[in-house]
Amino acid sequence: MVDYTYTLLIPLIPFVFFLLIGLTGHKMKPIISGLIGTVGLGIAAILSYLTAIRYFWTDHLAETGFKSIKAVEVTWLHLTDKLTINLGVLIDPISVMMLVVITTVSLMVHIYSLGYMKGERGFHRFFAFLSLFSFSMLGLVLATNIFQMYIFWELVGVSSFLLIGFYYQKPSAVAASKKAFIVTRFADLGFLIGILILSFNTGTFDFQLLTSPTGPAITMPGGAAFMGLSVLTWSLIFIFMGGAGKSAMFPLHIWLPDAMEGPTPVSALIHAATMVVAGVYLVARLFPVYALGAPDALNVVAWVGGISSLFAAVIACTQTDIKRVLAYSTMSQIGYMMLALGVSGYGGHDGLGFMAGNFHLFTHAMFKALLFLGAGAVIHAVHSNDMKDMGGLRKYLPITHITFLIACITIAGIPPLSGFFSKDEIMVAAWHHNKILFSIEFLVAGLTAFYMFRLYYSIFWGKATHYHHTPHEAPFVMTIPLMVLAFGSIFAGFLPFHALVTSDGMPFEAHIDWSIAIPSVLVGLVGIAIATMMYFKVSLLPDKMANNFGSFYKWAYHKFYMDEVYLFVTKKIIFRYISEPVAWFDRHVVDATMVGIATTTEKTSHLIKGMQSGRIQQYGYVFVTGAIALVLIFVYLW
Amino acid sequence: MNILSLFVLIPVLTIIAILFTSNMKQTRIVSAIGMGIQLIVAGILVYMYLAERNAGNTADMLFYYDAVWFPTLNIHYTIGVDGISVAMIALTAIVVFAGIFASWMVDFLYREFFISLILLASGVFGFFISLDIFTMFLFYEVAVIPMYLLIGIWGSGPKEYSAMKLTLMLMAGSALLFVAILGIYFYSAPAGGVLTFNLLEISKNTIPIEMQRFLFPFAFVGFGILGALFPFHTWSPDGHASAPTAVSMLHAGVLMKLGGYGAFRVAIYLMPEAAHEQAWIFIILTSISVVYGAFGAIAQKDLKYINAYSSVSHCGLVLFAILMMNQTAMNGAIIQMISHGLMTALFFALIGMIYGRTHTRLINEMGGLMKVIPFLGVVYVIAGLASLGLPGLSGFVAEMTIFVGAYQHTDTFHRVATIVATSSIVITAVYILRVVGILLLGPIKDDHYLHLTDAVWYEKLSTLTLLLSIAAIGMAPLWLSDMINFSLGPIIEKISGVTIAGLF
Repeated sequence: MVDYTYTLLIPLIPFVFFLLIGLTGHKMKPIISGLIGTVGLGIAAILSYLTAIRYFWTDHLAETGFKSIKAVEVTWLHLTDKLTINLGVLIDPISVMMLVVITTVSLMVHIYSLGYMKGERGFHRFFAFLSLFSFSMLGLVLATNIFQMYIFWELVGVSSFLLIGFYYQKPSAVAASKKAFIVTRFADLGFLIGILILSFNTGTFDFQLLTSPTGPAITMPGGAAFMGLSVLTWSLIFIFMGGAGKSAMFPLHIWLPDAMEGPTPVSALIHAATMVVAGVYLVARLFPVYALGAPDALNVVAWVGGISSLFAAVIACTQTDIKRVLAYSTMSQIGYMMLALGVSGYGGHDGLGFMAGNFHLFTHAMFKALLFLGAGAVIHAVHSNDMKDMGGLRKYLPITHITFLIACITIAGIPPLSGFFSKDEIMVAAWHHNKILFSIEFLVAGLTAFYMFRLYYSIFWGKATHYHHTPHEAPFVMTIPLMVLAFGSIFAGFLPFHALVTSDGMPFEAHIDWSIAIPSVLVGLVGIAIATMMYFKVSLLPDKMANNFGSFYKWAYHKFYMDEVYLFVTKKIIFRYISEPVAWFDRHVVDATMVGIATTTEKTSHLIKGMQSGRIQQYGYVFVTGAIALVLIFVYLW
Repeated sequence: MNILSLFVLIPVLTIIAILFTSNMKQTRIVSAIGMGIQLIVAGILVYMYLAERNAGNTADMLFYYDAVWFPTLNIHYTIGVDGISVAMIALTAIVVFAGIFASWMVDFLYREFFISLILLASGVFGFFISLDIFTMFLFYEVAVIPMYLLIGIWGSGPKEYSAMKLTLMLMAGSALLFVAILGIYFYSAPAGGVLTFNLLEISKNTIPIEMQRFLFPFAFVGFGILGALFPFHTWSPDGHASAPTAVSMLHAGVLMKLGGYGAFRVAIYLMPEAAHEQAWIFIILTSISVVYGAFGAIAQKDLKYINAYSSVSHCGLVLFAILMMNQTAMNGAIIQMISHGLMTALFFALIGMIYGRTHTRLINEMGGLMKVIPFLGVVYVIAGLASLGLPGLSGFVAEMTIFVGAYQHTDTFHRVATIVATSSIVITAVYILRVVGILLLGPIKDDHYLHLTDAVWYEKLSTLTLLLSIAAIGMAPLWLSDMINFSLGPIIEKISGVTIAGLF
């Protein structure tokens, strides 16, 4: 067996640097703390690349199929005689892929932030949190068991909370961070319940055991347990709820657009490339269980993914805050990935969807991080998030412009950029599984191209806005990451994913299915064409279109009123109709009863205390009266 | 000299030493030294205990010592510890130590204050080392009585009312408990045997089931009142709100744990048959506690009330887990007691420190404090995260152990109760983040707050002691969990050997 023990360092280095920067950062010069964090991530990235090269190529594992390797494992806590929480490192195709994604994007974001966050209050705090996040995310993908994943799942949640609320004096940022944490926490409750059910019935948390085709999960006897679905199906649906929360799937997506309150590099790292795909990763991690043990649960994944991608794409067409457009776009693209997993089978070419979902995760991380960082450079230059304040920026921000354009073409699925390859595979997998889901995705492909180019034209073309300060291109520390990611966006599509990341570890042959690829490219081009017509130059067309769609446009613009529903549930139901009555009940019923007992005792004592007056005359009087009364009773009534 | 007796002796010696001090400075230094030594001895005890276990000593109770105290009724001063009591003693030592530094600035009747505080601590220590249930009861009363004085004299707000309410309700609990203890005593040996209060002796005998049915509710509710069992928890919000900082810390941190510990060590351990029969009633009540306390906390406006309701929820989880009566859940219950003890003590310490600066505890009057008092703010956030069960801090370990343990029951009733209890992790997040959002984040609400100063050394010492303990348990829980697990073995053996099935 090949030794991968050193991979333990990949998450540990960011953790040590988190402690270092967190505890001593305020004593250093800000830039030093930033550089320390960046160097730490750089080391982690180099180790990750090394691991990827070794695992996929130089260690010649492909011949026998890529096996999962437990590099390290220690016991963290004994629960029952069967269940033990371990912490360790699991090396397999998807975890290695994620290592590369996370460390690459994180490193780029670190470098970019050195410029973007320059002069911000709490510069070292920002880098400490970034390191904490990187540690948590790496721990999550390397988890050897589902409980370890849950542990790091919560840790990425809190890192995200801390980073969204980075500008903690801004009420909207505080509200957004709170919302993100609570919504995902609610989803995590489902995850936890799912873990409880699954671990109870299988007697293990271990991924290798759970996903083994002969393991206790997949071979668990089926049979309806509740509402016609088996225990395994229920547990996987609950677990997926956790994944849907973190990956912002409908209807648990409401936190993601608000999360854009965080600094833009954070949005690129957490809310585009890494943390939000944790849900996809979770399903991929448990994929054999879903595919072989509970196809019903996998169907849920597919439909949730499909609906989310359409829902988000429609909203994205109407938003004017550039980060929100990107946020909805992220949600839509993650929907694609979920759908890809959902329509996939297990093993060989049947597992095309699995491969495609992971492939898309990989390429999406590159181009979406690029889009966010590009948007950051734009915001940096014009000090606004709103596309109404932008226009004609291509002259001022040439590098940003070119890289942003590359990302837009990539996400629109135009060959030969990477988005085309991964999206095409998803389309093929969907086509073979379910025509309705395929149609949804086909439509979304067109919408995606449309809203991305709407964004692109509104920022870089369109009206020539007069700026108070001439916008100028971002410094090199910010443009270099853009160029690196643009490079990745262009060429990542040529990676032979079907030979590396497959559902059963065995490489298979995959070719581009032109009968599906050509129409989907065409629909993308149509989307671009419409966007060009409407937004390339200033015109009245967009307003006309909006009017034509009437109330549908309004609904989409208001994000289908999901935020209002959220507010209603939290403010009204939880606070007004549950918590306040509980508090009132506690004071005025429960406590009042207790006080009542005390008062009754006191009243009673007042009532009878006169009898203990200590006055002899009174005692004598009562005594004599009583004696006479008794005598009378005895004499006359007996 | 038995090391355990030191735990009662050191506080007594400290109290005597305080009597000879002549100013505030001396008093608090003497107190700090005394409780510092206590903390060190507790550390040594943990070490010695683990060393004994590693050396292969498998006796139920270590450092056992027995002396006849009142022969007529066969009352002994019997002491001994297992992993559970060692853990509780360590908790107490940490909280008391932190409490001394949190009350560093008490200047009104300072000598009496520290004497009462340390007397209270000695009662708690005595309770945890006792194996004779009469002596245990005695120490329990030693701990409750000073509470009355501490709140009534050094408290704030409607302090006489709160002190009276707290003491009366706890005394009512004591009365129930006393009935139970006497009942257990009279059935402690088979007919003709020598009656005893010794816990280990009684456990060898089975109390007749008819008597168990009668006595169990007395014992469980008696201790449950102290452990904030719904609906007998209402002393807690008022009591905490009026109590001075260190008293809240000790009370929520340690004294409430006497309830859980006693319910487990006396009520369930000695009367397992009745416990199995009646558990369902209390599982319902404790499930209510867990959710109800958390919802109650959402609507509160006073920091101390929030924490008091949060304690109702968390302590409810302790009793809930104890009633699950399997090893994992009970292990979780003990860890939860320790974790909650540290967390809530930290919260009350912080609340006291914030109150000392802003002179208000109403969250709506504060805002944006993170910027002016970053140290206290950050510690508050970490304490909050521990409270909502963030991995890496102690709350997570405890809660997860409880949930996994409780879920091992296969029947619908226990499962539903478990899922109800798990929902508290969301509700807790809501109220914690609400407080953090209003209190610490956002813009600074009042210009007066711009000139606040951050924590000074004794405040840092107090909070960091607690914080580091929370993090230590959260990151490396294995030794603690294994220490408790080992001692739970024989207890579980006794209570699960019971054949009578419960209602469900």
